Amino acid sequence: MSELHELSLKALAKALQSKAVSARETSEHFLKRAKAHTTLKPAANPFQAPQHLGDPSHSSGAFVSFNEAFTLELADQSDLRIAQGTARRLEGVPIAHKDIFVTQHFPTTAGSKMLDGYCSPFDATVVTQLQDEGMVNLGKLNCDEFAMGSANENSAWGPVKNPWDNTRVAGGSSGGSAAAVALGLCPAATGTDTGGSIRQPASFCGITGIKPTYGRASRYGMIAYASSLDQAGPMAKTAEDCALLLSAMCGGDPDRDSTSLDLPKEDFSRDLHEPIKGLRIGIPKEFFSDGLHAEVRQSIELALKELEALGAKLVPIELPKTELSIPVYYILAPAEASSNLSRFDGVKFGYRTKEYKDLDELYRKTRTEGFGEEVKKRIMIGTYVLSHGYYDAYYLQAQKIRRMISNDFQEAFKNCDLIAGPVTPQVAWKIGEQNTDPLANYLADIFTLPASLAGLPAMSMPCGLGASNMPVGLQLIGNYLGESRLLNVAHQFQMATDWHQKVPGASK
Amino acid sequence: MSANLIHGYEVVIGFETHTQLTTRSKIFSRAATAFGAEPNTQACAVDLALPGTLPVMNRQAVERAIQFGLAVGGHVSPLSIFARKNYFYPDLPKGYQISQFEIPVVQGGEVEFFLGQEKKTVRLVRAHLEEDAGKSLHEDFVDQSGIDLNRAGTPLLEIVTEPDMRSSAEAVAYAKELHKIVTWIGICDGNMQEGSFRCDANVSIRRPGEALGTRREIKNLNSFKFMQQAIDFEILWQIEQLEEGHKIIQSTVLFNPDTGETKAMRTKEDSADYRYFPDPDLPPLVVASAWVDDVRAHMAELPRAMAARFVKDYGIPEYDAITLTQTQAMAHYFESVAKASSQPKMASNWIMGELSRKLNAAHLGFEACPLSALTLAAMLSRIADATLSNNAAKVVLEAVWDLSPDGLEPLAWIDRVIDQKGLKQINDTKALEVIIDGVLSANADQVEQIKAGKDKAFNALIGQVMKASQGKANPKDVNDLLRAKIAAL
Amino acid sequence: MPLTSQEIQKIASLAKLDLNPSQEERMLGQINAFFEIVEQIKSVDTSSVAPLSHPLATIQEVSLRLREDRVSESNQRELNQKSAPEVQKGLFLVPKVIES
Repeated sequence: MSELHELSLKALAKALQSKAVSARETSEHFLKRAKAHTTLKPAANPFQAPQHLGDPSHSSGAFVSFNEAFTLELADQSDLRIAQGTARRLEGVPIAHKDIFVTQHFPTTAGSKMLDGYCSPFDATVVTQLQDEGMVNLGKLNCDEFAMGSANENSAWGPVKNPWDNTRVAGGSSGGSAAAVALGLCPAATGTDTGGSIRQPASFCGITGIKPTYGRASRYGMIAYASSLDQAGPMAKTAEDCALLLSAMCGGDPDRDSTSLDLPKEDFSRDLHEPIKGLRIGIPKEFFSDGLHAEVRQSIELALKELEALGAKLVPIELPKTELSIPVYYILAPAEASSNLSRFDGVKFGYRTKEYKDLDELYRKTRTEGFGEEVKKRIMIGTYVLSHGYYDAYYLQAQKIRRMISNDFQEAFKNCDLIAGPVTPQVAWKIGEQNTDPLANYLADIFTLPASLAGLPAMSMPCGLGASNMPVGLQLIGNYLGESRLLNVAHQFQMATDWHQKVPGASK
Repeated sequence: MSANLIHGYEVVIGFETHTQLTTRSKIFSRAATAFGAEPNTQACAVDLALPGTLPVMNRQAVERAIQFGLAVGGHVSPLSIFARKNYFYPDLPKGYQISQFEIPVVQGGEVEFFLGQEKKTVRLVRAHLEEDAGKSLHEDFVDQSGIDLNRAGTPLLEIVTEPDMRSSAEAVAYAKELHKIVTWIGICDGNMQEGSFRCDANVSIRRPGEALGTRREIKNLNSFKFMQQAIDFEILWQIEQLEEGHKIIQSTVLFNPDTGETKAMRTKEDSADYRYFPDPDLPPLVVASAWVDDVRAHMAELPRAMAARFVKDYGIPEYDAITLTQTQAMAHYFESVAKASSQPKMASNWIMGELSRKLNAAHLGFEACPLSALTLAAMLSRIADATLSNNAAKVVLEAVWDLSPDGLEPLAWIDRVIDQKGLKQINDTKALEVIIDGVLSANADQVEQIKAGKDKAFNALIGQVMKASQGKANPKDVNDLLRAKIAAL
Repeated sequence: MPLTSQEIQKIASLAKLDLNPSQEERMLGQINAFFEIVEQIKSVDTSSVAPLSHPLATIQEVSLRLREDRVSESNQRELNQKSAPEVQKGLFLVPKVIES
């Protein structure tokens, strides 16, 4: 049998159920690998010496916290259940969580100094749901501060390095999740997607990730960035693995989240093996504009040919408001964020500045010192667009264009069953490269933002390696609640290709 | 509008009232709303705005709002929106308050009440749902405040009026009527000491016919007494300012019960840019008409409707009807007495008069009235059939007030008391003539005066006759007979 | 029109953030650059379009879910205040709040 970290999540679950390997061995194996790739730099005191858990040169920056005792305790419970024949669907399979999900047994920082050492009194619903399926929590994963970023360079924990080239970014905001899976530090991870934060890092790191329909997964315990856009989703090696995880993560949370949909749990694996013959795949011409880098265009076009070979029909469609999705998103998300982040004021929890003469100074210094640059910038933008006299021109206008963008998709879906295109215009860029031009990060989100604004399910799967030998991701966008169809197409593609099996040298 | 000007100024008052709704759990969380718990023991993760928490709306709070809307004849909006009001304050855990801004759940409506004998109507602009804030405690800390978030998230209905009131008396009368309505329908416990019913008064003055003057808002008036004092002080202060040629600056003021003065609060520099926007955590609140109908069907008869019915069914004056519907207990007491005695007006007089006086003296409400409605009804029927004079009836009332009828039927009991006390009215003319003749012969000189036209003397004689009859004589009979006899002399 | 130094400071004060001169300059530059790409939304005719708050409102009516009025949260003060900066007698402490 090949190494545990080379197995798909499905295969690993099978090995555990059949007692071929114990949950403890499994967790120990992944903990060992994870720690070997980890250097912990405490968020709040960057001057404190970094804590090397492994060879610094191998540090990926993916993991930010462990609780070995707790992890192994869960693993032992899984072994007991397996022995007793009461094993659950994913019994003993390790998973790590983006540090934006609050957890009782691990600190939760959201990549911010503001939450250094924060201990949540409760677990996020998604974390509980996966644990209830028998999954073992390995630790927490790095991300852009409060999920704001497209490169995972805005974290108080430092950047996450791309497993394929550690001079490049892993993507963001779920960069730690993507890198950890690509490196085989955990068989699967959770992520969150507000404007592309699952799809883009998945694409940059060569793994598979899906953002379900807005409202599918509970947002309770997911530290809010932009409430009307945030969605949780799984990140793993294959579409089949994602389907298993998504089935566990979805199903409404009526008692805790008013935006979660009233839908029963669903088996998203049910359609995986359906043939895709005759399937109409819409190709938005706006996704193939001049901004698209040649190496990406090439891989995408080959992937589309592959889908045609599998019997799908490619139909040209239009999403005319694609370009507008950038200003619309960067008005709406910061507006909601500026309000969502007001609770971080140094009064009830988290960071508080050391010296202050009055309440106002307590607020100002705490927030000025606690938040990073990008977060402050978005709070400023959001505060501005909501302020007196500007609301109608910016926020309200953006909400209206948001509906137009949404309607464009409904128009398009009259002529196709799902939409395919690139996830990003380019492959992972060099760390620090775009810090000089902050707008470039925003523009790079152009292909992921439309589906986010419309709340549609969308995913990314590996479909090639560019000239720079960096992964390229194919994006699939489905209509509302069409996740199983998306996963079906992705699985059929992965049955016929091996891009999803390519792993970076660093993972060996 | 009424023309009671002060130094030539017309007073204009509008109200904003925060009523805490009677729900077990908070508006957006499952923590208890009970008053007086240890600090922060009733503030759950959602109330503390811990990272990752989200609001989930309490159905009962919405139902309370619907009940109020129906009670004041307002429009219950089929769709309303929760918005975020953004500002930083330690007692506001999220850094924003969830409230309703553009589309409130209740729109319009009015509150009617009597100011003395004059009927007043105050129009409501809106009533909207929102969450209460926590409390800052300043005692027992040096240079610091302690924040208790138990109250944070308690459901509030904020009720906003048009600037329809023209005097502090009218404002207080409105507040009392509103208090009556919300407690009558049971959506608020009305406890003003505990802050369940908090009023803000917007006060401005103007010369008659002029446009509205600049208003100052007096915050947190939590007693009717202070309300009157605060508004009166504020009115005189504003008049003084204008008379001295100053301008009124729009501001928020607090009333200090110790000094009896209102004083402007320090305004924060970046004052009020609340950046309202629809709360993305809460989809629109939809209230189906079926729900409104159902609430209407289960609602207790409202004071206004009950008063109207009293006027129609019992033929009592509207003023009586309004007074009798101050509380459910009083209204029900009246109705049972009126039914049992079939003497509605007499019942109304006795309940608003003698009984209210005695109960007030004993600090009792009608729900605790020691005298049963049926006993009172029996007594009234004895007045009606002329067995008792009004004065004698008062004696009977005293006698039976807090005694038990020891097994007797009310009427039998009343009759026994009348006999025991010998209070039966003399309706037998013969006996009366004997008394009158006696009095006349004993007061020949006064008879002369009367004949000379001095009617004062006549009243004196009536008094004598009544005295001689130990109050049992029927005053009307005495009057008639006496006149006849004197005329015959 | 680009934001002025005054406006940026007003926004910072609303957001309870401090900006020293160099941060202010950087922030101004970045935000103004951003608003250049934002301006294009003003030319879009949205006169006949309703704003979209919950994405699924595109295809169905989304209305607020209401819960029954039940108390299920017990006292968790200990746990909830575990990460509080300053607590005394169960109260969160802040510099004196001046009321008037």
